Amino acid sequence: MINKELVIIGAGPAGLAAALSAYKEGLRDILIIERENKPGGILKQCIHDGFGLHKFREVLTGPEYAYRYIEKVREKNIELLTNTIVTLLTNDKYIKAINQEKGIMEIKAEAVILAMGSRERTSGGISLPGDRLAGIYTAGLTQNLMNLHNIKVGENIVILGSGDIGLIMARRLTLEGANVKAVLEIMPYSSGLKRNINQCLVDYDIPLKLSHTVVDVKGDYRLETVTVAEVDEKLQPISGTEFDINCDTLILSVGLIPENELSKQANVQLDDITGGALVKDNLETNVEGIFSCGNVLHIHDLVDYVSDEAEKAGKAAVEYINSGEKWKKENLFVEPGQGINYVIPQVISKEKDQIFSMRVKKPDTDKMIKVTCAGEVIFQKEFKKVNPSEMIKINIKKEKFEPLEAKSIKVVAI
Amino acid sequence: MGRKNFDIVVIGGGIVGTAIARELSKYKAGIGLIEKESDVGLGASNSNSGVVHSGFTAPVGSLKADVCMYGNSHFEEVCEELDVPFERVGKLVVAQNKKQVADLYNMQYVGSKNGAELHIVGKDFIKDKEPFIDGVAAMYSPNSAITSPYELTIAYAENAHENGVDIKLNTEVLKIEKNNSKFIIKTNNGSFKTKYIINSAGLYSDFIASFSGEDRYKIYPCRGEYYVLDKNASDLISRLVYPVPPENAGGYGIHLTPTVDGNILIGPSNEYIDDVQNEATTKEVMDQLIKEAKNFLPAINRDLVIRSYSGIRSKIVPPEIGGFTDFVIEKSPNYDNFINLIGIESPGLTSAPGIAKYVVEIIDKMENLQKDGDFNGKREGITKFDKLSLQKQKELTDSNPNYREIVCRCENVTKQEIIDALNNPLGVKNLKGIKYRARATMGRCQGGYCIARIIKIMQEELNLDIKDLKFDSNNSNLFSGQAKGWG
Repeated sequence: MINKELVIIGAGPAGLAAALSAYKEGLRDILIIERENKPGGILKQCIHDGFGLHKFREVLTGPEYAYRYIEKVREKNIELLTNTIVTLLTNDKYIKAINQEKGIMEIKAEAVILAMGSRERTSGGISLPGDRLAGIYTAGLTQNLMNLHNIKVGENIVILGSGDIGLIMARRLTLEGANVKAVLEIMPYSSGLKRNINQCLVDYDIPLKLSHTVVDVKGDYRLETVTVAEVDEKLQPISGTEFDINCDTLILSVGLIPENELSKQANVQLDDITGGALVKDNLETNVEGIFSCGNVLHIHDLVDYVSDEAEKAGKAAVEYINSGEKWKKENLFVEPGQGINYVIPQVISKEKDQIFSMRVKKPDTDKMIKVTCAGEVIFQKEFKKVNPSEMIKINIKKEKFEPLEAKSIKVVAI
Repeated sequence: MGRKNFDIVVIGGGIVGTAIARELSKYKAGIGLIEKESDVGLGASNSNSGVVHSGFTAPVGSLKADVCMYGNSHFEEVCEELDVPFERVGKLVVAQNKKQVADLYNMQYVGSKNGAELHIVGKDFIKDKEPFIDGVAAMYSPNSAITSPYELTIAYAENAHENGVDIKLNTEVLKIEKNNSKFIIKTNNGSFKTKYIINSAGLYSDFIASFSGEDRYKIYPCRGEYYVLDKNASDLISRLVYPVPPENAGGYGIHLTPTVDGNILIGPSNEYIDDVQNEATTKEVMDQLIKEAKNFLPAINRDLVIRSYSGIRSKIVPPEIGGFTDFVIEKSPNYDNFINLIGIESPGLTSAPGIAKYVVEIIDKMENLQKDGDFNGKREGITKFDKLSLQKQKELTDSNPNYREIVCRCENVTKQEIIDALNNPLGVKNLKGIKYRARATMGRCQGGYCIARIIKIMQEELNLDIKDLKFDSNNSNLFSGQAKGWG
């Protein structure tokens, strides 16, 4: 059994930033466990630019952004085990991991930061109708194969889902000589960033068909045709609107799911909406000493915000290790109200200034984000445009809610 | 190219065909098995519920009842010999109202005549055994069991192969001719001569039978769609949970099946279709699966779904009649040496050991088969790392570095298991072959994580160009090739 003060599971942007933040707080006994052969997480395959605008005021590619952190982790000699997969995590912070050099390792940690990122929703997850054929891939896998393994999945492509990875892959595959015939989106709006729609679809004349979905896939072992239909307000296909597109590949960009399988083993309670842990304002889960940050907590649109969040988790883990102090009892529950899909954190202490991350339910214009506590408005701000694809962050000073007698605060978009 | 002349050729590499081939391999004879797909078991055998039935639905005195009862009592032994998972989990057939309670008593009557052990139990029993299930009463069948239908098919085929059966995959029968005392089977992969033909071609058995001059048979394909639930939902049931079957439906009703791997299956639906190859899933039916499952398991929801698939029953009861009839296993009236197996639908998996014995007895009567003293019925499957104790895992990781690399993280499949699956005795070298042997890509991420890793291992082991890697058949290229501008 190996003893460690802090174990961070995952060396993607969240894990790396959390490790550096813990180091900065004076902690030295840190171990990062990464299942891939190199650190960087999903950024390794994101060779497009657009990262780092908030954090570094520069436009970086994914690998460049990751390298800023990897370099520092190396410089500080923070222990990083790659090619190492955690197969068990318990609520008393026992970890079982396997790697090439050491075989099976058993580790006992004082604190754990969950930074496992997310996985993609699959054809099974969306109950894609039709045959089970070669040529149907998720967008992230397509990106991984293309950018890390130099493999082109197909030549004539349809993309279902206009999430950012789908948009990015539409451009990437076009640049590799593939014919991207359409991007389909079941919702009446795209779930991708606006800049990606412009730079990845509009610039390449790739049609984006909103309120459309795939109702059948056909082929002789490899995909040959997808049948597409328009959907109504309830997202149900409208009979009579079907048309076929001939293609050899269907790429699914239909959402990310926080990868909380280890968290579940450790009895970490999850939020039904985010799919991530329920956390306090220090990003600690219901299990004492287990913290969560990055896409494993909730899906982010910008990596810069992942880094911010992870730094907070790193700092909180060190506070926990140093003081062994339990989280303050005096607290408020944070409730998403009208127009708001979710708010992180779900529980806050009254004694601290707070930063909230949230998403609205649907795109809209001229919306007021309003936070109330004990019937009093403690924050409000007007937004010209709100969009579920763009996370909203707000700061509230503790003076606003500290004196109020209440059990919860409520956030609405009206 | 292997041999061209056989004593006996089995057409169809499903559970029944492979079981027959393996049973035949106990005797001295030249045996071949022809399968049109890239692997055995890719038809109905890999897309059923994996249930070993206890025999309460088969008509009393029928061949079906006989082979089913034989199968149920011998299944554990077969699985033990062939290193395939088997669990006698038991089954509850749950009634939702008084009318259905009466149906339970009818089923119990028929089942008891067949020799099945069945108990009518009340609400308390249901709640005690299956706390998440709603129902007013149930019939409890302690002998119902589960297995892995595709692993068993593969195991039968591998053991048959070890014992000398020549298994020809990607080989589709185009025509069969009679030439003196021999049949000539013409395929896309050459011609084969044989004295005996055993037609276990499932959905295509009517087509194959037509070459024996037998035009009476017609297969009515009847599709069943399934949902697979995430292992996280495995605590919802621990036994098979069935509704009272709808009248004349030709299925058992949409039921819940725990699998030997810890998933739960919802299904199958029951829909006659025109095209025997149409293994599609449909939105309408998938919606219906969730709705019907919720009737007795309210905790089920769509977020738990990781996969859907369908399988096709080869029924000989036409849609306008519906329901079930007996299996047809008989010599062609024109040729004694041509044995047709028609309408082997549920409980075909359970009945496979009994059917194999029955068919071999038919041949034995004509040919007086000689036991082969070299027959070895023991087969060892791939070592499943995830199912071992920590101690055993450590022994493996200490001695073999390939066990230190988890390739499929959902199912904890190691690199060694992928290599073992690729080097399977049948020579199946595609992604699906790995899936059904090592379970990689069968978890909740459906290969999102492991496919890139498996591809790398496939390239290393097979020394193939990326554009020649297959999903399953020769027409199923996984990728179009390398990206531009790379050397």
